[in-house]
Formats: sequence, C-alpha cells, structure tokens
Amino acid sequence: MPAFVRYLTPLILFLALAVLLYAGLSRDPRVVPSPLVGKPAPEFVLPELKDPQQQVALADFIGEVTVFNVWATWCSGCRAEHPLLMRLAEQGVRIYGLDYKDDRADALRWLQQFGDPYIANAFDESGRVGIDWGVYGTPETFIIDKQGVIRYKHIGPVTVEAINDTILPLIAELQGTPG
Amino acid sequence: MKWLPLLLSLWFSAASAGLESYDFSGNVNEKQFKELISELRCLVCQNQSLGDSDAGLADDLRREVYDLMDQGRSDQEIVDFLVSRYGDFVLYDPPIKPSTYILWYGPGALLLLGMLLLGRTLRQRRAQIRTETDLSEEERRRLNQLLHEQDEATGDKQ
Repeated sequence: MPAFVRYLTPLILFLALAVLLYAGLSRDPRVVPSPLVGKPAPEFVLPELKDPQQQVALADFIGEVTVFNVWATWCSGCRAEHPLLMRLAEQGVRIYGLDYKDDRADALRWLQQFGDPYIANAFDESGRVGIDWGVYGTPETFIIDKQGVIRYKHIGPVTVEAINDTILPLIAELQGTPG
Repeated sequence: MKWLPLLLSLWFSAASAGLESYDFSGNVNEKQFKELISELRCLVCQNQSLGDSDAGLADDLRREVYDLMDQGRSDQEIVDFLVSRYGDFVLYDPPIKPSTYILWYGPGALLLLGMLLLGRTLRQRRAQIRTETDLSEEERRRLNQLLHEQDEATGDKQ
C-alpha cells in the first residue's frame, strides 16, 4: 500500500462519517414518513364545521386535485401557516380542511378573524378520522389527486419554499393528468 | 422542602399516564393491554411508548388500542392497524427489510470490520517487530566476537 493511501485512509473515513452524521443532523426527527403516500385516501364522513347539518366526505375530493389541511385553533404552527393557505386559496387551489380535535366556536372565530381559505372543513371533534389519516402533529397538509390517491404529505407548517418547490408544481402536474 | 411532596406527586402522576379510566373487567386483559401499549412508540414524544406518554394523541391511540382489543382483535391485527397509518415508526422492534438492513446488520458489520482490521494490524506489527529485532549476519558475527572476547577475558582471570 503506497504511503499516501495509508495516511489518507483515516481522513477519508472521517470525512465519510462526518457526511453521514451531518446528513442525520439535518433531518427533522419529527418528520416521520407516512405509509399513506401513494395509497388511496382513507374514507371519512364528518359534519361540516360551519354548518353541522352538512357533511364533508372523501367523495367530495374525487375528480379534482385537492389540498387537505389538518389544523386546529390550539395549534400555533397552524396560525403561522395560515397566511400561506390564504394565498394558495387566492391562487385558485382547492383547499379542504380537517379541523382536528377542536372547539367549534373557537374554530369559527378563527376563520372569521384570520380569513377562510377552505372550501369546507370536516369537523373531527374526537380525532378519530385523524387517526385513520395518520395525523400525529398538526398542521399536516396532504395533496390528493383526482382519483383520491394521496400523493404528498407535508408535516408541520407549510413554508414558502415547500409551496413553490413542491406543492404548486405537484398540483400543476396532477391537474395535467386525466381524471 | 415543603415543595417536595408536590414534586413527587407530579412525578407519579406523569408516570402512570392516566390508565385508571380503563375498565378491565370485560374483554380486555389488563396485562396484555399494558404490554401492547408499552411496545408501541408515541409519535409525539418520540422517546416514550404509548403507555408512558401523556400526549393527547397517545391517549387517543391507547383508547383505540383498547377498543380494538375489546372487539377481539389480535395483537398483530392492532399493530398492523397502527403501522398502516403511522408506519414502522410506531414499532420499537422494526421489521427486517431492505430499508432497515443497515439498522439490523450495520453494527455487526462494523464490529466484523473492526476485528479484521485489528487482526491485520496485529499481524503486521508482529512481523515488523520480528524484522526489527532479528540480527543481521554482520551483527551476529560481531555479537559472537564480543561474547568470545569476554569468555577469554574471564578465562584469563581464573
């Protein structure tokens, strides 16, 4: 073995380990990959938030690309992402909400105060539908294609980068495919 | 130290994570229930099991596990129910499959690699010590000569 290889080996091993560990550090341990991505969205039927006589169901999503946003008034990340959802809605993106384990009066006040980007909100008071959707930390945002298959899940508040780099391009791509 | 009892009571209340509200007189075996929730990981406080965690979601999932047990589902069916929603992450004992090979076999492979390297280094060092300490032909002759001279010298004295 030439001498320089001998001396460089520890350095190379160290750099490889440093890269591996650094990659580990930059991952957010709170982001757990969802097994639901690529699978048909779980069925649900829930009362609507504003009008409990109405229902919101998975069937409402079918036929159009839909953003399904899980939120609650007790969730500070939801407050942070709210203006971005408003902007998405202004751009014509179809957003449905899942108001997760919330108080109806609080939620109505929230929408009145900060604006309502949602076409409709499913009111999941018990959080049972949240379990079916694998919700573990609000806010969470799903993108569902025209056939009702979950194509993407964003955990935590959506960011400008996530919207521009991932969410809007994916919606455009999915809209291009026949329903 | 009048706050000590308060601290202790907080600690004990955290450790029990509100299992008192469950009724184990029916279909659900208490021991089986507690075992199962201790083997499942809470997604919110990731270093706690469903049994230990006080997070709201852990409470909901415990209730879900209880209800599924009450319906007579097997442990495996309940684990599958949670894995299909939350992924392998909920398992403290993840399955062996290509994406977890490095987790299961990585430490063993590293140990093996280390032992191979250690063995090689030791062999090399032993060979090196042998060549460094072995005498050359020239040195041997000189050594013999020196010993010989000494013999003669001591012989003279006698």
